[in-house]
Amino acid sequence: MTLAEKILAAHSGKDRVSPGEFINVRPDLVLSNDITAPIAIKEFERLGVKSVFNPKKIVMVPDHFCPNKDIHSAEQAKMMRDFAHKYNLIYFEVGEMGIEHVILPEKGLVLPGDVVVGADSHTCTYGALDAFATGMGSTDIAVAMATGEIWMKVPPTIKFVFHGKPRKWVGGKDFILYIIGKIGVDGAIYSAMEFHGEAVHALSMDSRFTMSNMAIEAGGKAGLCHMDDKTRAYLKGRAKRKYTEYSSDPDAVYAKVIEYDADKIEPQVAFPHIPSNTRPISQVGTVSIDQAVIGSCTNGRMDDLQLAGKILKGRKVNPNVRCIILPGSQKIYLDALRNGLIETFIRAGAAVSTPTCGPCLGGYMGVLAAGERCISTTNRNFVGRMGHVKSEVYLANPAVAAASAVLGRIASPEELA
Amino acid sequence: MTLKGKVFKYGANIDTDAIIPARHLNLYEPADLAQHCMEDLDEEFLKQVKPGDIIVADTNFGCGSSREHAPLAIKASGISAVIAKSFARIFFRNGINIGLPLLESEEAVDNIKAGDTVEVDLAAGRITNLSTGKAFQAKPYPEFMMEIVQAGGLVEQTKKKLARNK
Repeated sequence: MTLAEKILAAHSGKDRVSPGEFINVRPDLVLSNDITAPIAIKEFERLGVKSVFNPKKIVMVPDHFCPNKDIHSAEQAKMMRDFAHKYNLIYFEVGEMGIEHVILPEKGLVLPGDVVVGADSHTCTYGALDAFATGMGSTDIAVAMATGEIWMKVPPTIKFVFHGKPRKWVGGKDFILYIIGKIGVDGAIYSAMEFHGEAVHALSMDSRFTMSNMAIEAGGKAGLCHMDDKTRAYLKGRAKRKYTEYSSDPDAVYAKVIEYDADKIEPQVAFPHIPSNTRPISQVGTVSIDQAVIGSCTNGRMDDLQLAGKILKGRKVNPNVRCIILPGSQKIYLDALRNGLIETFIRAGAAVSTPTCGPCLGGYMGVLAAGERCISTTNRNFVGRMGHVKSEVYLANPAVAAASAVLGRIASPEELA
Repeated sequence: MTLKGKVFKYGANIDTDAIIPARHLNLYEPADLAQHCMEDLDEEFLKQVKPGDIIVADTNFGCGSSREHAPLAIKASGISAVIAKSFARIFFRNGINIGLPLLESEEAVDNIKAGDTVEVDLAAGRITNLSTGKAFQAKPYPEFMMEIVQAGGLVEQTKKKLARNK
């Protein structure tokens, strides 16, 4: 069996499962946020149950439009907070919060071998920790909160192997954009993606989270990495319960095996208005920008900030650019304050914000006007994603975003080296 | 159940930001969401949509975020069914869970134009283009999902299960 099949079998009381099979799964963690929880709460109440299946396995995070951006958002955040308190769920108030997919691993709430379901498509992020994690809708989450069970169809698995070594300035963001550029936004539809190869193991944990995070942009149901010493070191001191290490069998059956040569992959930029519209940085041409955003569940971790810091240290953001940096959690914010990164960013002329999903989905903290262009370390560049329908979003890694902020056009970090 | 309406036709990879832009996710009542359905993609949609109308689209309809607001907005706008060559995974779950009929048929999509009148026999999975007289068969739901559809959605099905287990 593949990694995904093994984890799903273990959570559905079966010895083995095969792709296409419908199973009832008992998740270890059920997640929602301030925009998906309200519908889940309404549906939960329609079920007429008196309690949740296990308050220690349900997490609610106010991150999308929080700290509250307007009255409607405030009402939604309050509805979630009241529900979380009523049922004694795991809940993080703004002072200790962060973006859900950044803080859940950071606080050791997700562990290898877990099944996590979340009312957020980027729940697949936790695949970097060897967990089977997938996004669903609010009604699914309502039923999971009430019953502790959720139906799933066992996905086929596609294996992606990255041979060789990542080039300088290349990380998980570039690998996943490269995959999406090759296979398209539905190239892994309904499938689990497994990431293999020396080049993937060469990535930091933060960079692996980025890679798993965007499995959904290829249509994937999950994006799984394989455990190694870096994973174990990350978990040390965080994991507060026992976990099981699974790995794919040598004779596991894959729907497809796709191999790439990492040595040939440059930093990638996804042009509007679809994440598969990728180009290597050398082929970008001259694209001037109005805004650079560094943050999100995709690239708001310490490694990402450090990459941006390397570029911005001693330099100035171009006067035509708004550079907005959002640490992914309060812990990362505090660490960045201590190690001097926040000062570097502010001296460079960047705005630094409290953690929020805000600008990624055109919520607040960096909404675009008609005709404006943004280079962003976020995950989607659909029409109107960050604001006006006539604005444009280009996706890239944090080093490219920072270099672009300095030069006022989409640029390679090499240009500043 | 038979559904009948005029067709709005769209291309491939219609994402959830196009169906309901994220700036409106500070709302969650279906009727409020419906006021903004497709507004960035098709200005005519909200002006013209009538109860019963049908959306026909190419591959990977509903890709992007997990927001259930997308199928809720479509359903509350009056759309009675979506026919596509394929659906994004989460959107498909959400549609089935909230009782928005979703049908997969490549042939139907290739043979239906914007403005055609289409009839859908849900139980039989039969799609008929009344403007041309051509009929098509949608991919049947797996039995497991048919149970959810027949119960009227996931909440209704779960309620029945919970009542049985009491």
